[in-house]
Amino acid sequence: MDLLDELTRVCPDASAREARPDDAVDGVTPEVVVLPRGTEEVAAVARLAASRGRTVVARGAGTKLDWAGTPSSAEVVIDLSRMDAVLEHASGDLVARVQAGARLAAIDRQLAEARQWLPVDEVVPGSTIGGVVATGICGPSRYLHGAVRDLVIGVTVVRADGVVARSGSKVVKNVAGYDLAKLFTGSYGTLGIVTEAIFRLRPSPEHRRYVTATCTDEAALAPVLADVLHAQQAATAIEVDRRSPAGPIALAVLVEGRAGPVEVRARAIAELLGASDDSEERPAGWGTLPGPVTLKVTAELTSVPALLGLVRRLAGEHRLLPVVRGSAGVGVLFVGLAADIAPRVLAAFLGDLRVRCQSLGGSAIVLRAPAATKGALDVWGPVPGLELMRRVKQQFDPERRLAPGRFVGGI
Amino acid sequence: MTPADPDARGVPDAPGDPVAGLAERLALLVGADRLVTDPVELAAYECDGLTHYRVVPALAVLARSRDDVRAVVAACASAGVPFVARGAGTGLSGGAVPHATGVLLVMAKMRAILELDIASQRAVLEPGVANLDVTRAVAPYGYYYAPDPSSQQVCSIGGNVAENSGGAHCLKYGFTTNHVTGLEVVTPDGEVVELGSKAADPPGYDLTGAFVGSEGTLGVVTKVTVRLVRAPQSVQTILAGFGDIDAAGAAVSAIIATGMVPAAIEMMDALAITAAEAAVGCNYPEGAGAVLIVELDGPAADVAHGLEEVERHCIESGAFEIRRAADDAERSRIWVGRKSAFAAVGRISPDYIVQDGVVPRTALEEVLRDIEVLATEKGIRVANVFHAGDGNLHPLVLFDAGVEGELARAEEVSARILDICLAHGGSITGEHGVGLDKVKAMSKMFGEDDLATMLLLRDAFDPGGLCNPGKLFPTPRLCGEAPGRRSGVHPLVESGVADLF
Repeated sequence: MDLLDELTRVCPDASAREARPDDAVDGVTPEVVVLPRGTEEVAAVARLAASRGRTVVARGAGTKLDWAGTPSSAEVVIDLSRMDAVLEHASGDLVARVQAGARLAAIDRQLAEARQWLPVDEVVPGSTIGGVVATGICGPSRYLHGAVRDLVIGVTVVRADGVVARSGSKVVKNVAGYDLAKLFTGSYGTLGIVTEAIFRLRPSPEHRRYVTATCTDEAALAPVLADVLHAQQAATAIEVDRRSPAGPIALAVLVEGRAGPVEVRARAIAELLGASDDSEERPAGWGTLPGPVTLKVTAELTSVPALLGLVRRLAGEHRLLPVVRGSAGVGVLFVGLAADIAPRVLAAFLGDLRVRCQSLGGSAIVLRAPAATKGALDVWGPVPGLELMRRVKQQFDPERRLAPGRFVGGI
Repeated sequence: MTPADPDARGVPDAPGDPVAGLAERLALLVGADRLVTDPVELAAYECDGLTHYRVVPALAVLARSRDDVRAVVAACASAGVPFVARGAGTGLSGGAVPHATGVLLVMAKMRAILELDIASQRAVLEPGVANLDVTRAVAPYGYYYAPDPSSQQVCSIGGNVAENSGGAHCLKYGFTTNHVTGLEVVTPDGEVVELGSKAADPPGYDLTGAFVGSEGTLGVVTKVTVRLVRAPQSVQTILAGFGDIDAAGAAVSAIIATGMVPAAIEMMDALAITAAEAAVGCNYPEGAGAVLIVELDGPAADVAHGLEEVERHCIESGAFEIRRAADDAERSRIWVGRKSAFAAVGRISPDYIVQDGVVPRTALEEVLRDIEVLATEKGIRVANVFHAGDGNLHPLVLFDAGVEGELARAEEVSARILDICLAHGGSITGEHGVGLDKVKAMSKMFGEDDLATMLLLRDAFDPGGLCNPGKLFPTPRLCGEAPGRRSGVHPLVESGVADLF
């Protein structure tokens, strides 16, 4: 019996079909696509794939399938878009349990009925929870609310061998057992398939104000940024946006809360920024990734201005026009470059950037780039603890069938 | 013998006595002055904060540096000897109970604050640094270290990492895992691994996140990088007295429903209040069936606004007295009753068990009623202290070991409270960890496949099974001596060195 026939036999409701060209995973053509309706079906598919020695990649809305490393193989695509429900919303406890195929926007619409939200920004429109957890991608709100890994309190995963496992719980305060949710967040699908996640929620803010200012360069930005970081105004986000490598830097601070207090805090921040604007409208580009080629760079907080200066200098040296945007308050920035950048030039730019990021305490990785270009790059760079990570992978997926080649060290 | 060489394997130890040979090798590697071999001295380390589990280690090493730790772990690995790391020994789940045939690595001497990087809002610490000492060091700059377990004056950062410690303020600020950005770890094979850094999002698996809360079973932490939080512009604390728990609970629900996130919401029942009154004379509202402590912090305007709302909801729910702390001194006085609660019950009962369980906040009233029914049925008093904002209960199960059968009944009540928590979708531990004490309960909370999956992680770090074995996960049989159950006062409290919180 061929794979498709077996899949249909094992999961008759999972609409198994042959893969089409548009099912390609970062240019890698799958064999079959299956759309399970629940965790047990995902497990059955995983078991079958294991018994047939097939590689597996999970997919939600497919918005981040081309991120990070290109998988060496992706024979079975498990599409979770039918698993899109908010299974439980305990508004009195500020906790929600959602299926991995649920879209962030749909989740928030539902939670909004109780004036709550899942404080994860929809950085890529159409994102599903599964992809957000697998990549750990965060937006501006992480400054106050924490990263994705700080918000997940429980997961249900299907292992490579088809075993279903749960960790964490529905209560925010829980230290029983290992925090496997941390392990799975940002693991790019290489340790297991998350089918459900439990999150802690926040009340929806009533009012918001964006206080914005423009700094001529990173030297002008440094003292202002330091002041804002040190201010006691409980900002939700502190973002920078530089549209041209040597051009002015837009600094935007978001404050949220009750109307009266928000006014007071916005005024206090405005005083720190000097000449500034203040609006309820979000600045253009807020919470989006520059691109289409996107690098993610990190540094210690004090080094954010230096990081901007570094990009400016390297842009001049390599004759590029990067856009830089991101969370100055967290020390995570995204560098956007044109799609037609030559692989060799990108490799050189990335290499120089990476060395300096390391000396500033951080890292530089490739988030998005055309598959052909990525082939010429070291997408992840050096990774401390890689040997230990390999051992973890070896335990969870000894046959290396989950998204092989996508992650650090070729995992 | 050959000069000290951490990688020397040397002559295999005599079969049947791996520890004796190990002691000799370690004396050469780390210095004889760092070894504790005298049985009387070793007895000082026989338990942590849970005094009824006592095991004297075969050997203890007072580590002073990462290299000491590495040498000890590598030597243990090659000799096949189990090892356990201990911070301040304040844990309440027996996580630092030694192995009778193993080495106890005492980390308390590694207590240097290695770096304060205020501008980047980070501190780099040795694991023996006391939790509160971090805040003390950075307070002059306007910062603090947020996770604040009740034992923070004594408990160590390394212990906090092992247990993912929380505290009263974790409703708003999270736990240790939300405040650790990097770790240096000696893995059970004796290698040093650097995980994370001061910056966010290190590439690869979040091993730092997996390590925090792993209860010392994945390796020994030798350096911790933590996030510092800007001290809030304003802190306001109120104490409200209610006729009963239900009224206080209604106030909490109303406060949460407004969309506020207080920094802390603590509740105590009548019995806990009586005890606190006897112990520290906290002068809580007289006749209260329950008190609520609500703390708000943040920008001044938000706090002022919030405080009015909190008071309104308390009054609407039937509070008969509300006190607002006018200054830091009054704020401390409000808190002292709550913070002394565990020790205070010692004034109204010869013995007690501190339990730690979690339920969804909305189930609190029902759970407390279930506990009351259970307590009455068993003829055992239970005083309740809890983090009302997040559903983390600390039932204090009171008994007199001198009365026949009371210890057994108290233990039964304590165990069944965990069943009640699980029945309501909660957890068997919110703060104190599983350690030795709740190993059996893990099988009630998690299925076999869940536990087996967690063990995959442990096998990646510790395939040899020597790193704090017997803790956290159920094992087919206990390694080494079964821990002896005793009752009585903790040796440090007895000698007047410490108070038990």
